[in-house]
Amino acid sequence: MLISPFKLRDLGMLGMNCRNRDFIGRYNRRELYPLVDNKLETKLLAQDYDVATPQLRFVVREQHEIVHIEQQLRDLKGFAIKPAKGSGGKGIWVITHRQDANFIKSSGAEITLNDIRRHMSNTLAGLYSLGGVSDEVIVEDLIEIDDCFEGYSFEGVPDIRIVVFRGFPVMAMLRLATHASDGKANLHQGAVGVGLDLATGRCLNAVQYGMPISEHPDTKQPLKEIKIPGWQGMLTLASRCYDMTGLGYIGADLVLDANRGPELLELNARPGLAIQVANGFGLLPRLRHVEKLSEKKFANADARVAYVMQNFAKFD
Amino acid sequence: MNRGKIPFYLLVLSLIGAGLTTAWLRHSTTEIPLVPGEQKPVWLIEARVDFFADGGATTITLDLPDEAPAFRLIREQAASPGYGFAVLDDQKNRRAEWTKREAYGLQTLYYNAQYQPVEADTAESANLPKTQSVYWSEPQSTAARELLRGALARSSTPASTARELIKLLNPNAADQNAELLLANESSRAELLVKLLNQAEVPARQVMALKLEDARRRQVLQPMVELYADGRWLLIDSMTGEQGLPDNLLLWSRGENSQLDVIGGQNSRLTFSMIRQTVPAMALSQVQFTDNLFSMLGVYSLPIEEQSMFKMLFLLPLGAMVVVFMRVMIGLKTAGTFMPILISLAFLQTSLVPGLISFVLIVGLGLLLRSYLSYLNLLLVARIATLIVLVIFLISILSLVGYQLGFNTGITITFFPMIIIAWTIERMSILWEEEGAHEVLIQGGGSLLVAVFAFLLMNIQVISHLSFNFPELNLVILALILMMGQYTGYKLSELHRFRSMSNANDVD
Repeated sequence: MLISPFKLRDLGMLGMNCRNRDFIGRYNRRELYPLVDNKLETKLLAQDYDVATPQLRFVVREQHEIVHIEQQLRDLKGFAIKPAKGSGGKGIWVITHRQDANFIKSSGAEITLNDIRRHMSNTLAGLYSLGGVSDEVIVEDLIEIDDCFEGYSFEGVPDIRIVVFRGFPVMAMLRLATHASDGKANLHQGAVGVGLDLATGRCLNAVQYGMPISEHPDTKQPLKEIKIPGWQGMLTLASRCYDMTGLGYIGADLVLDANRGPELLELNARPGLAIQVANGFGLLPRLRHVEKLSEKKFANADARVAYVMQNFAKFD
Repeated sequence: MNRGKIPFYLLVLSLIGAGLTTAWLRHSTTEIPLVPGEQKPVWLIEARVDFFADGGATTITLDLPDEAPAFRLIREQAASPGYGFAVLDDQKNRRAEWTKREAYGLQTLYYNAQYQPVEADTAESANLPKTQSVYWSEPQSTAARELLRGALARSSTPASTARELIKLLNPNAADQNAELLLANESSRAELLVKLLNQAEVPARQVMALKLEDARRRQVLQPMVELYADGRWLLIDSMTGEQGLPDNLLLWSRGENSQLDVIGGQNSRLTFSMIRQTVPAMALSQVQFTDNLFSMLGVYSLPIEEQSMFKMLFLLPLGAMVVVFMRVMIGLKTAGTFMPILISLAFLQTSLVPGLISFVLIVGLGLLLRSYLSYLNLLLVARIATLIVLVIFLISILSLVGYQLGFNTGITITFFPMIIIAWTIERMSILWEEEGAHEVLIQGGGSLLVAVFAFLLMNIQVISHLSFNFPELNLVILALILMMGQYTGYKLSELHRFRSMSNANDVD
């Protein structure tokens, strides 16, 4: 039922308290949080730094603008509606296509334009934002799933979470939506987490609900065969998020678009701990290792990624 | 240990030290008990003066104990109808004085006082008292000299001299000199005092009252105090026993008269006494009103503010429980400190009715909220609507409860309504997004923390300590600071990461 704390320590598992005090509290300056807590700001910042993100269609900032969304949505076949200040994937609606006047969500549910309006209204009022502060709605292009994920995703886009510490990618995980997770990529909602080798982008280990699994629960596809194409580019993209934000300890959520390649979906200044379970080992030894490295020596992302791929490899 | 942490640990230690020291000082100087409901024994002693008044102006003065060793005066009063009464304090010699312009026939005056037994004061008295000069007429003078010579020969100290003298004065073994002296002196105690003074040992006669529960018509007994080794030593002139017994109250020490009656005759002084127990708390409040700690204590405030502080001083404990539950255990709660407010409300409503009404209000609120979803309201308006609905719910529950004869109906109003409205809103969104399971986890976690905090706050000792020794909250502050430094695993993480137990150790 319980695991001994000494065993956890031997595995180098990072606990919530240690993460909050020794890493988030120490390496993430408070005034930089808005850069990542607001997806719109992250997006605009990423454009400045030439970090690829899904194409922004339009932003709804005020309640009265909701009336006009019909025209703005007219040309869009599929799109994603996101609260700028939402957290944990809350309030994100993915519209895959239209059926007559209605819209079809990724879960298959059919919704009306009024449903979208109500959702936007709620979002603007702060329903999904931390502390209920007023919010903005982002409408952006749908991501086209890359062929390499064929059979691995159910109702949702697989995304890759990379924990970046002082610019060094220290751990990576692929998150696959399942029927149980309702198309969402959150592990505690039942998504599958696949730990990825930092050197190769190959599958190390996979879990659902914290328990090891070997195949996708819905498609029965073996997870061991997963290998992310263009892995080094992914790591470099994640590593550059540190230069972009200045936050020392972040989780970068990346996606692989079939046409546009790796894109930054969002950044998280308080990345969760489930990535360790997906990988089957703890973050702490790598974090302590990176803490000792000199920042000047690894000034650019390529150097950091090269170092990481050499030192944190799991496969020979 | 990390060197940079030393100032922090010093801060924590000094907070704990300051809290405990102040509490201990407060306890030792004002005798506020450390546990509630502590009882302390006190003696209620009643002196009764009977006399026949001659019909004219009457003045009666009664000697009162000044500094009775091992006893502390708590309160005193006189009950004598028609008499003027005052306690005169003349150079540390306290006397009660009754006065009346015209009194006739049998008069009875009462004086009663409460005395609390305390630790005997062993401090040395400052100045060496002078021996009184002694005058004998012949042949007592020779007899006294002879008696003293014999006693002094067999003794080395003032105390042993007194003991030998008492032996010699023992009626059964008395020699001729002793018999002669006893025959001419009315009281053995007085004789002993004279002899000791002649031997250059300062001595005086004291009047003592033996305290026994529920005795009446007791009289003062003469005893002897002699001065040796820098303090007064009590000696029983009959038995020769030295030292002060527990139940002996020295009513008068060295004063000349116990009772003076002017304008009356056949006066008689008797005592009755009873042993009582009183709450130590009340005793402390009566005695130490002008103490620094009492002035800085909550008791110097009006009652209304006191009851507010009673709640306020419990809050740090609740905050500590929340910190512990979240940092060490890893319970999820809806709203960080919402559970404390709920537990404070439980203190007013008591646990089971409080739990029932809380669950009822939140449950009904969730039902109403699910209807509000359809109205597509703006968030702020929706919360405001919820607040109004919660107030209606609470009023209805109160009224229904009252009509059904439950007192708890009225105390429901102690629940913080705005917090409840927000809780309902959060729970409802949680329900829509994460499902009923997560609502149960967070709601249950909040209630668990609230109940735990309530059970702690409801312990009598804890509420007593937090109210009477507010400085103990510094200790709680130190503990909270300590927990803020904890970077180990939470209990919940041991469960969350349980699947890691088959993983191999890191390379």
